[in-house]
Amino acid sequence: MTQQPEKEAIITVENLEYAYCDFKAVDGIGLTVKKGEVFSFLGPNGAGKSTVINALITLLSLQKGKATVAGYDVSRDPQKVRESIGIVFQEITLDRDMTVWEILEFHGKLYSMPRNERRIRIEELLDLVQLRNKRDIRTKYLSGGMKRRLEIARGLMTRLKVLFLDEPTIGLDPQTRMRMWDYIRKVNKEGTTIFLTTHYMDEADMLSDQISIIDNGRIIITGTNWQLKNTLGQDIIYLETSDNIAAIQLLRTLPSVKDATKKFRGILVSVHKDGTKVLPKIIERLRENGISIDTVNLKKPSMDDVFVYYTGKEIRDDPPGKNGTLTHRPGGS
Amino acid sequence: MNYGFANIYWRDMIRFVRFRTMLISSLLQPALWLAFFGIAMSSSFDSLMSGVPVPPGAHAVGYLTFMAAGIIAMTTLFTSLFGGMIILFDKNWGLMREILASPMPRDHVILGIGLSGVTKSFIQATIIMVFGILIGVGFFVGFSAAEIALAVAGILIFVAVFALGFLFLSAGIAISMETPEGMQGIITLLTMPIFFASNALYPLDAFPAFLKVLSTYNPMTLLINGIRYFAIGDDFVAIGKHYVYTTGDIVFSFAGLVVFALVMYGFARWRFSKAVVT
Repeated sequence: MTQQPEKEAIITVENLEYAYCDFKAVDGIGLTVKKGEVFSFLGPNGAGKSTVINALITLLSLQKGKATVAGYDVSRDPQKVRESIGIVFQEITLDRDMTVWEILEFHGKLYSMPRNERRIRIEELLDLVQLRNKRDIRTKYLSGGMKRRLEIARGLMTRLKVLFLDEPTIGLDPQTRMRMWDYIRKVNKEGTTIFLTTHYMDEADMLSDQISIIDNGRIIITGTNWQLKNTLGQDIIYLETSDNIAAIQLLRTLPSVKDATKKFRGILVSVHKDGTKVLPKIIERLRENGISIDTVNLKKPSMDDVFVYYTGKEIRDDPPGKNGTLTHRPGGS
Repeated sequence: MNYGFANIYWRDMIRFVRFRTMLISSLLQPALWLAFFGIAMSSSFDSLMSGVPVPPGAHAVGYLTFMAAGIIAMTTLFTSLFGGMIILFDKNWGLMREILASPMPRDHVILGIGLSGVTKSFIQATIIMVFGILIGVGFFVGFSAAEIALAVAGILIFVAVFALGFLFLSAGIAISMETPEGMQGIITLLTMPIFFASNALYPLDAFPAFLKVLSTYNPMTLLINGIRYFAIGDDFVAIGKHYVYTTGDIVFSFAGLVVFALVMYGFARWRFSKAVVT
């Protein structure tokens, strides 16, 4: 059996630090993204994601550490880095007084795309984001969702080595999000490495080859989606009991229980084995100790659970155009 | 070769044409200056100076003709200093992130804005000249068609270099500023001394010595020298003063403007290299 050759790294970050005055936004981050991967960078607001991206796309000068993109040092060869990357920004960055077509044309010219290629790609993208009938409308007359779709179309205009997508599908309806995922996969299959930040955990789960979770300026864990889920144990059991504090202490003594933490009105229990086999033992032990159970739910760990477990925070969706807000998990770290 | 500057130019001209209020006001403002200030002042000055003898070889011009060159320069100054404002808006609205993160060399932003600013100044200067002649400005008197074409070309070249200098300065300020109010304050601060310490409205002879030196090398004065040379001639009398421009004077004025534009380009490049837009 032949061994698969190790893919070469296309993004490397070593010991990156960045501070805004006294506030350290990034505190010694290191990561490697391999060529052809979809890499997701997850973290709550203020975790340092945008600072890392801004440093990688050369909008911020490095204060400490080293980073390379597409083989070029971001400090020494920023121009070469810029020639290798495309970006979809989190914020709406459209000229209100240019039409949809002009926005795409301007962007294509910024990247020196040949005229024919530019025009063909614009037509293709107008169909993809369903803005063909708006092509001559100024962007100030578009709805929030349409603006977002246009931003994505703009980011997908070029076929570069690395595409940075900063919360690309924020504010989009589910159907459009799925179409975008398909297109992102297509772009990725054509050879573009994707560096994605998102607060939609299902998006990270569906698209990513590798995921890093960042919080307080540091990477907490990196792995594939299944590796990250496995760190939480095989199954997740949610219980609401008459005495959650006592139940947590009790369950932590069970060998089949990996961890038990308080969440909302109940307890989140991660287990080492098949949850269906562990659950009867848990119920029995709680009853033996006079703790009654009001609610039971058993499920496989999701990326949401992974995120909540490692950051102690939960992301809820906000209205279109806004960032996710964070809710501290009761009893979370 | 990268033609990114042409892309920046294209976008800025789209905006110029679409902002009808800005377009119309920028074209009307110099005409109004000429019509109200020029005509009012020329009535007073011309009656005061009517008895001043004209040396042989020279010709007398009215105040309206004298100050028309100043109005072209003033309009170009204002337009150019405000020309960089788009960069500040782009910076604040996030558009500059798209541009700075693209492979287009950053100095093309400066060049593109410079080019569109020069185009706007050309349009304004042409309108002032045409409107001025209609209301009695004595430009190109006795010139043949070929001489007029040459003179207009000369004026526009002077206007272009002067405009570029102030557009580069404006771009450099814009990329360094955070708010439009701050930029507006700096522009106002710059405009007053540049305009009034020049020969736009009056001769420099009566200035105190230090101000006279400053005014002689003021880019505004250098531009006005060029405009008057090409539009009025090299030997004329206006508001009681005999003006004689030699070829050397005009070459000096032009060289001064070129140096000014190059220094301002260096300033803008330096500011862009330090720009942090997040």
